[in-house]
Amino acid sequence: MTDHHRRDHHHDHEDHSELSETELRVRALETILTEKGYIDPAALDLLIETYETKVGPRNGARVVARAWTDPAFRARLLQDATPAIAELGYAGRQGEHIVALENTPRLHNMVVCTLCSCYPWPVLGLPPVWYKSAPYRSKAVKDPRGVLSDFGFELPNGTDIRVWDSTAEIRYLVVPMRPAGTEGWSEERLADLVTRDSMIGTGLPKRPGEAA
Amino acid sequence: MDGAHDMGGVPWSDPVQPEPDEPMFHAEWERRAFAITLAMAMPGGWNIDMSRFAREDRPPEDYLQKSYYQIWLAGLERLLLQRGLVEPDEIAAAKSLHPAKPVARTLTRDGVAAMLHRGGPTERDAKHPALFRAGERVRARNIHPPTHTRLPQYVRGHVGIVERVLGCHVFPDSNASGNGENPQWLYTVKFEGHELWGNEGDPNLQVSVDAWEPYLERA
Repeated sequence: MTDHHRRDHHHDHEDHSELSETELRVRALETILTEKGYIDPAALDLLIETYETKVGPRNGARVVARAWTDPAFRARLLQDATPAIAELGYAGRQGEHIVALENTPRLHNMVVCTLCSCYPWPVLGLPPVWYKSAPYRSKAVKDPRGVLSDFGFELPNGTDIRVWDSTAEIRYLVVPMRPAGTEGWSEERLADLVTRDSMIGTGLPKRPGEAA
Repeated sequence: MDGAHDMGGVPWSDPVQPEPDEPMFHAEWERRAFAITLAMAMPGGWNIDMSRFAREDRPPEDYLQKSYYQIWLAGLERLLLQRGLVEPDEIAAAKSLHPAKPVARTLTRDGVAAMLHRGGPTERDAKHPALFRAGERVRARNIHPPTHTRLPQYVRGHVGIVERVLGCHVFPDSNASGNGENPQWLYTVKFEGHELWGNEGDPNLQVSVDAWEPYLERA
């Protein structure tokens, strides 16, 4: 089990024989499916390009920054997130039904998919390896504070923690608390503080001095 | 089905290991496996629940030994072979040996943006009113179907509170088996940490799952 997990992280430079077998299999499949006319390699290129360069956590950061600066938008987002997020142009696959979760000083939200890897693609892109890994999927619902400690942070004692297991087609986006010391900041500047992990609930936004 | 994919609460010794500046893909074959899987659903004609079942329906040791995209690849190969879109001798030969089967549609480069934007909404018109209301106590049924289900084992038999009524959605247990969408009411059901994990657990924890009506009974 440990080997499997390690391989998830390092399989591009470990275990060469197995890697090349997998690589050959994928190539063979692409060849066969292309020869049969089932797939178009140019469409595959565009799918990859879309998720590598266009759809990612920057989208979600813009949603959160808007919620931090525009109370009416925040209200719409928390009431019915899918149309609110579509106002910013983000919609579609693996984000057909989105629910936004508000962190407060009393309540911290965390999102997991214990059964596979469900994740709100239009706002966060594709999930990171750790999100899909056995340690996260097993531990998040039982010991979420232990997970946070793996990420190097601690919630104040007495903070309630709520874990949302994405078992259906509802996708969850955490709206973290706006960091102190950002009064008067523009939406764009605030978006630089919103980390991917803060929108999953395994991290916090950057503080003003930490922004890149 | 009960399987290694159903990981909630399973003891695990490794910590969660975030990877700084993680790339979206860790090898070229992962890119291609990802994209082929997305592109093949259209000509293949399968739905997301069938895809999930094709990935999870394997011996635990096989599921745990494979990396994430190796599981995707194995699931895709199974769906292709089941439908005769590819034959085993073709995979062995790494080339097409038999005529293509007619398929309804294929994904072209021009169709990618529209396909992604359309997605696959699962909400449907309700044919009957919801059985449960927000605030009601429900018990997750202790079911162990050999087929696809989205009720995780760690909540089965436990009592929670209906928090939200999410509308009527395609029922994966039917849809994965080719028995139609059979839409059912879907609820967010919230469980106290001690109900799931006993009194030794985190006293400030609540966990919710999204559960279709057939997974629940009044408590």
